[in-house]
Amino acid sequence: MSKKTKTTASYLSQWQLIRLRFFKHKLAAASLFIVVGLYVVAGFSEFFATYSTDMMNINQQYNPPMPVKFNFSDGLYVNKVKRNIDPVSFHKEYTETDEKIGLTFFGKGHSYKLWGVIPCSRHLLVATNTTEEIGTDKETFFYLFGSDKYGRDIYTRLIAGARVSLSIGLIAIAISFVLGIVIGGISGYVGGKTDLIIQRIIEIIGGFPKLPLWMAIAAAMPQDWSPLTVYFCITVVLSLMGWTGLARTVRSKLLQLREEDYAVAASLLGASHSRIIFKHLIPGFTSHIIVTLTMRVPGMILGETSLSFLGLGLRPPVVSWGVMLQDCMNMQAVALYPWLLLPLFFIVASVLSLNFLGDGLRDAADPYSAK
Amino acid sequence: MKEKSCNKLEESKVARDAVDSSSLEQPLLRVRGLCKYFPIFNKGIMRKQIGIVKAADGISFDLMPGETLGIVGESGSGKTTVGRTILRALDPTDGEVSFFCDNDIIDLATVPRKRLKKLRTKMQMIFQDPFSSLNPRMTVRDIVAEPLIIHKMAKGKELEDKVTEMLIKVGLQPEHKMRYPHAFSGGQRQRIGIARALIMKPLLVVADEAVSALDVSVQAQVINLMKDLQQDLGLTYIFIAHDLSVVKHICDKVAVMYAGKIVELAKTEQLFKDPKHPYTRALLRAVPSPDPNIKMEFGLEGEVADPGKLPPGCAFHPRCRECFDKCKSEIPELLQLKKGGLLSCHINSENKKEK
Repeated sequence: MSKKTKTTASYLSQWQLIRLRFFKHKLAAASLFIVVGLYVVAGFSEFFATYSTDMMNINQQYNPPMPVKFNFSDGLYVNKVKRNIDPVSFHKEYTETDEKIGLTFFGKGHSYKLWGVIPCSRHLLVATNTTEEIGTDKETFFYLFGSDKYGRDIYTRLIAGARVSLSIGLIAIAISFVLGIVIGGISGYVGGKTDLIIQRIIEIIGGFPKLPLWMAIAAAMPQDWSPLTVYFCITVVLSLMGWTGLARTVRSKLLQLREEDYAVAASLLGASHSRIIFKHLIPGFTSHIIVTLTMRVPGMILGETSLSFLGLGLRPPVVSWGVMLQDCMNMQAVALYPWLLLPLFFIVASVLSLNFLGDGLRDAADPYSAK
Repeated sequence: MKEKSCNKLEESKVARDAVDSSSLEQPLLRVRGLCKYFPIFNKGIMRKQIGIVKAADGISFDLMPGETLGIVGESGSGKTTVGRTILRALDPTDGEVSFFCDNDIIDLATVPRKRLKKLRTKMQMIFQDPFSSLNPRMTVRDIVAEPLIIHKMAKGKELEDKVTEMLIKVGLQPEHKMRYPHAFSGGQRQRIGIARALIMKPLLVVADEAVSALDVSVQAQVINLMKDLQQDLGLTYIFIAHDLSVVKHICDKVAVMYAGKIVELAKTEQLFKDPKHPYTRALLRAVPSPDPNIKMEFGLEGEVADPGKLPPGCAFHPRCRECFDKCKSEIPELLQLKKGGLLSCHINSENKKEK
């Protein structure tokens, strides 16, 4: 038996060994599923959402979350609510009535275009209001996680915000990945004066106070830019600040590996510089690159969120978790409408699970525990 | 087993002598005055050059096709630098390395990098450490096939066949192809390294301490494998080693290096029977004997001279038992001995008398 496992182990590549080790790390494996789940939801946000992000209903401002109930005669349903306004304080209160709104899975709701291309109108969970109500004042909406000050659905906006907030992390990482590999690669492979200059530049960027820089950039961004341009600009700003760590990893690893005999052997075989770098050196630390990248995604997400929260980043009508948190800037919101803080929960959950994922990957890819 | 390998030794000697006499006029490799200096910089931003390390200084020798030259010396004597400079893993500071291939003589010391790539098919290297010389992320098949892929020498089925053939030649099984280096022992890994070096059928192979990292029983296997392959493929070896018994077994002639210079060069039998240079003698005395009753006599004290600041005169004189005044002031030249071989030592002033 032991002989058999030994022979199979000799056929396993580095990646297969990493995978085996990774799934032994339970927390990391669970985090992987959470992260994948979040990105799937973000990717198909229109389908998972109940309404469109700009759907407003002035009659249901600050509607609290509606608990989903179930019985056998009605299936899934929520109770309709009735709004009472306190005549003295004008404070709005909602009380549940006995009337029910039925809910169906994969039902038809408002029509949308998936990724702006594929026309579709199915949603994961939709409210089935009676047809005479729709479009009238009597129509009541289904707010799974409550509504904000314009009566917009928090659940829908959370999912739409996930797309922006999570994708900004990925795209910013992709840009800093390219910058880090190229600049760190040049620094490590060429060495000498080039290396010296690049390292000093990295130190300067690393030592720059981030917040004033962001504020300056935000002030420099023209107000009439479209949300898409602003989104792109924020991504570039985040990645321009974030490539230095990866560049250092790549440099130090290249410095170490280019002295290995197998790199010398490859050059004596007549391999070109690019073949040595991409075929021999980089595969030696792709696992390190992936770990470094994974560990940096949360930082990017937090960067976007804090920028948008401070009003320096994305602005409405773009929906992101940071933009949603702008509504929580006053005490009233926190005290009376705690469901507005839900984006926080998602930020913490995604940042934590990405960190655990990176941790697990690092442990699995650690060359010192490997044989 | 031992007898058998001895017989093989005799046979291959005979075969090589025949090769020698047929092509005596044209050496495969002719090295003249090869130098490799490394600058020493001080620590600081300006990086001022404060000295020079003469890792190889005025190395000259001829190597006939099919011959094996051993280069021996202590650590730091510049053996590896010579090997790497000949193959242009390092650019030489000075000197010429005439390499005879395809009826053309090419100076490896000055040939531009572009032309060098083609020459890589003709000269290869076997590395010391079988654990760091194989890329751990590549399968055996990828490692051995890489030279052919780089030089576009074979494709598809032909490539696979060549790899299989080479693996069998070095004593591995074809089913080892899809495994990774971590699954092999040191000796097997060295065989993979040999397969990689020889798959292009090179003319010249530099074996840089190719067996030093292996244990003794495996050393014998790998050396015999290398000898067999030499006969099969008509290879010429430069065998860098510090183990004299290994050198005695495989080499036709031996160059002894000290502090970047060749101090003695002679046919193997001659060198072992009648070592001329005090350093060679000291090295031979340091070879351990399997008989515990023979008392070992260490002839060498102190460290190998620092090539960064060599003593004046003969670099070996601070450690030499037979040192006299002339040694401290004059650098001895490498001169031809009447009996054959080259020697660089003042003791043999009979050198000059003989002349």
